[in-house]
Amino acid sequence: MASTETSVDKTGPVDEAEKQAREAGRTGRDHHDLAGLEAGLDALETVQSSRTPLRETLVRKVLPPVVAVALVLVVWQALVSFKVVDDPSKLPSPGAVWGEVTDAWLQGTLLDYIWTSVSRGLLGFLMALAIGTPLGLIVARVRFVRAAIGPILSGLQSLPSVAWVPPAVIWLGLDNKMMYAVILLGAVPSIANGLVSGVDQVPPLFLRAGRTLGATGLRGTWHIVMPAALPGYLAGLKQGWAFSWRSLMAAEIIASSPDLGVGLGQLLENGRNTSSMSMVFLAIILILIVGIAIDLLIFSPLERSVLRSRGLLVKS
Amino acid sequence: MATTLAKAADSDTAAVDHAARIEHVSKSFAGPTGQQLVLDDITLDVAPGEFVTLLGASGCGKSTLLNLVAGLDRPTAGSISTDGRPALMFQEHALFPWLTAGKNIELALKLRGVPKSERRERAEELLELVRLKGAYGKRVHELSGGMRQRVALARALGQDSKLLLMDEPFAALDAITRDVLHDELTRIWRETNLSVLFVTHNVREAVRLAQRVVLLSSRPGRVAREWRVDIPQPRRIEDAAVAELSVEITEELRGEIRRHGQH
Repeated sequence: MASTETSVDKTGPVDEAEKQAREAGRTGRDHHDLAGLEAGLDALETVQSSRTPLRETLVRKVLPPVVAVALVLVVWQALVSFKVVDDPSKLPSPGAVWGEVTDAWLQGTLLDYIWTSVSRGLLGFLMALAIGTPLGLIVARVRFVRAAIGPILSGLQSLPSVAWVPPAVIWLGLDNKMMYAVILLGAVPSIANGLVSGVDQVPPLFLRAGRTLGATGLRGTWHIVMPAALPGYLAGLKQGWAFSWRSLMAAEIIASSPDLGVGLGQLLENGRNTSSMSMVFLAIILILIVGIAIDLLIFSPLERSVLRSRGLLVKS
Repeated sequence: MATTLAKAADSDTAAVDHAARIEHVSKSFAGPTGQQLVLDDITLDVAPGEFVTLLGASGCGKSTLLNLVAGLDRPTAGSISTDGRPALMFQEHALFPWLTAGKNIELALKLRGVPKSERRERAEELLELVRLKGAYGKRVHELSGGMRQRVALARALGQDSKLLLMDEPFAALDAITRDVLHDELTRIWRETNLSVLFVTHNVREAVRLAQRVVLLSSRPGRVAREWRVDIPQPRRIEDAAVAELSVEITEELRGEIRRHGQH
């Protein structure tokens, strides 16, 4: 580091003006002077962070996806109107799908479909959270456990959870227990792995600083490791939700039974059985919307607020 | 003005009370060519209320020594005793970004058992001490580099340790901010009865701050020489006396570095 202080060659003849300035600096350097200098430095170097105004958010964040969806609808309608695909059993018109929506709404079943699946998905996710969090923490912190089950845990992530449906049906039968088992097998590895990578990425400096402050053992885990690992953990939760939802849909499509009530997966399967393409489309669109909505309403705001509070959110 | 002491062995060994006592400490690490000796037989005392700077070129193991004193690592040989657990300040501010400035300080208070009802008030006092009144609710990323180091200093002071270890805490700051923080540190050190062991590779900084400058040789780190700095505080980094002693110490440091190029 070549700062001026270390360089001793700078002690040559000093011109008169500088000498005077130096004297003035010395005499005027009382308590208030230092405080004033410091206040000036602080003011100059402080970063002002503000939130983007609502209007800008609307234009930059909301408008583009709305345009994209509108474009898809236009193309879809055009395909049907100009008879590019002239077979309603292959491609129903947007109007026909909308007809399904209003029918289901008027019969009062639309919200039932959604609620059946969403309640299952969220309950399953909460269970996965309760199991995946301590599991991830143990894998991250206990070396033996990590060596023993770490690779299996990350391997499980790449196993499509639909593979668990047949054994789950055989073990647990066609009921809700089997649904939850499939969700857990899909989501627990994601959540645990997210926490493990979150803990791995905690800067060693924080751990050292924590130790000098006296945060060791469980106190260190609670006060330093967990909050420091929070961004990675949240990313794991987000992925865990996606896996929960996917696993659940796979389970509902494959294992439909009258006792289980009609969720979105069963709705899709019913559409296939009755050759109603508009019902199939309705089910697919609802599955997509729910998946996006949960992410947008719960996980994204959570992640953004954590990142923003730490100054890690880069405005684009 | 500046008197040169002979060696560490000359320092007053009769004194029982000390903020830190480092006795015949050696430290080696497993390196690519077997065990590598980083610190060799270091003996150094920091008296209560004393300000000592450890000066040395890269590879002299000054940060290693500080880690040993902080209890983050164990010496290979020798013993270190400190009066209570020392506080440690790093070159990076090491503030926790998930907490506000005030809460960072409160965590230090909490971890040493200060009751909840007193923490807020104590944290505000400490912020005022480093002249950051009103920064309590600020997030770390909203503060400038100099402000962050002042919050880190307040947090370290919040540990209420007798000894403050500082590992090049101002090295990453610009010259003016560093200058201001030197003044602040000197003021706070004089207002409290804190002992400071300050590591730096900046000779002027060492002379500007310390009552005693300890020069370490490199690879392995040994105490090469000591200087007592009798220039009255408050000093300025551009004071002629500071410059004069700095020239002398720099010559010595250059000599130490030159030795490594010869074999």
